[in-house]
Amino acid sequence: MTDHTDVEVSKLQELVYELKIEDVMKREVVTVAPQTSMREFKELLRLKRISGAPVVEDGKLVGIISLEDLIKALEDGEMDNLVGSKMTCGVETLCSDDSAVQAVNRMARFGYGRFPVVDRSGKLVGILTRGDILRGLLRRLEVNYREEEIQRYRASHIFQDIVSDRTSLILRYQVQGKDFRQGGAASSKIKRAIERLGGGPPIARRVGVAAYEAEMNLVIHTDRGGEIRVEIQPDRVYILAEDQGPGISDIEQALQPGFSTAPEWIRELGFGAGMGLLNIKHCTDRMKLDSKLGVGTRLEMWFHIPPPESAPKQKEDLL
Amino acid sequence: MIVEEIVNKLGLQVVAPGDIAQEVTGGYAADLLSCVMAKAKAGNVWVTLQAHPNVIAVASLLNLAAVIVSEGMKPDLETVERAQENRVTLLSSPHTTFAVVGQLTKLGVGGDS
Repeated sequence: MTDHTDVEVSKLQELVYELKIEDVMKREVVTVAPQTSMREFKELLRLKRISGAPVVEDGKLVGIISLEDLIKALEDGEMDNLVGSKMTCGVETLCSDDSAVQAVNRMARFGYGRFPVVDRSGKLVGILTRGDILRGLLRRLEVNYREEEIQRYRASHIFQDIVSDRTSLILRYQVQGKDFRQGGAASSKIKRAIERLGGGPPIARRVGVAAYEAEMNLVIHTDRGGEIRVEIQPDRVYILAEDQGPGISDIEQALQPGFSTAPEWIRELGFGAGMGLLNIKHCTDRMKLDSKLGVGTRLEMWFHIPPPESAPKQKEDLL
Repeated sequence: MIVEEIVNKLGLQVVAPGDIAQEVTGGYAADLLSCVMAKAKAGNVWVTLQAHPNVIAVASLLNLAAVIVSEGMKPDLETVERAQENRVTLLSSPHTTFAVVGQLTKLGVGGDS
């Protein structure tokens, strides 16, 4: 198996978990009432060219009736009996908000080719066959592929499309102090931006990790937060994280591994290991930290983006 | 070995599926996020007691293959949503971190030595 097929398979497996049954099921379902006679049911099969139908009473699924049941009724001369007395009760169903992978598993387990789909209240909302899942997956694959292509294409061409003596792209992120829920949101976006602009995984990771540590410093140590400014050029990235927080009393000490001023409750969340600035130092090509007690802190970080061919390996090895 | 195999062999609960066919390159265990930032490598599985949204940020930034939350700690809804958004595979085990790492080692998932 080639690498290419590996990627395809993994993407499909992902989608089958992501796709909901309601996204792929058929919504127009031919149903019959239990009071229908088997004779009328036979006509319905003929007219609609189907081989079975869910039996529905007051919107609720009560059973399923198939061609097989009809043949039995014919043999036994019971064509005037009602569908309600001939149908199979206790039907296996799928729930509309289940994922497609659950449908695939149940089809394999019970050997049925089609399942009625009900919502959480038991109301029949659709019907699902293997073909529906396959069609849904193919459609989603196509859409995802096209979206990602378009986004990547647009972003990575910025530097070629716009001509100047020196083009740079500036991204600004406001980081809230003590907001641990949002912590990491800015750095995730920064990493994605680098990737979209055509930066490879190693540089995206380095920038992402350094930006994350800087972001968490703003979250942990300031009350009013601060700003992260990212300046991207084709060959370099510059990040400035600035705040008007409490400031650092001894920068030398702050850079020592394991030194942290984070209070106990923050350490319990897994922060304040005293490794943040050290991680930043490892990920950047250069960093500069200025701080004044009671005034604020300025952290500057520089990254060189290696040219595509002769990428130097020294920093990547750390990641 | 891919994530899905580890899920099946260790009987892990899938809290949020990301790329479950991703190849696992090794493992790392710690509860201090900055240590994970410094040491965990792309494609690693990370075993931790932490179960809050920042775990997902870390896993996503490092391109980790999966996060295994140990001792049955329940990630909150926001963590699960964040995992889904960022396509991070979030798994859960009732066992201790120590035991999970032992199970992984038996499967041949190595750490940095």
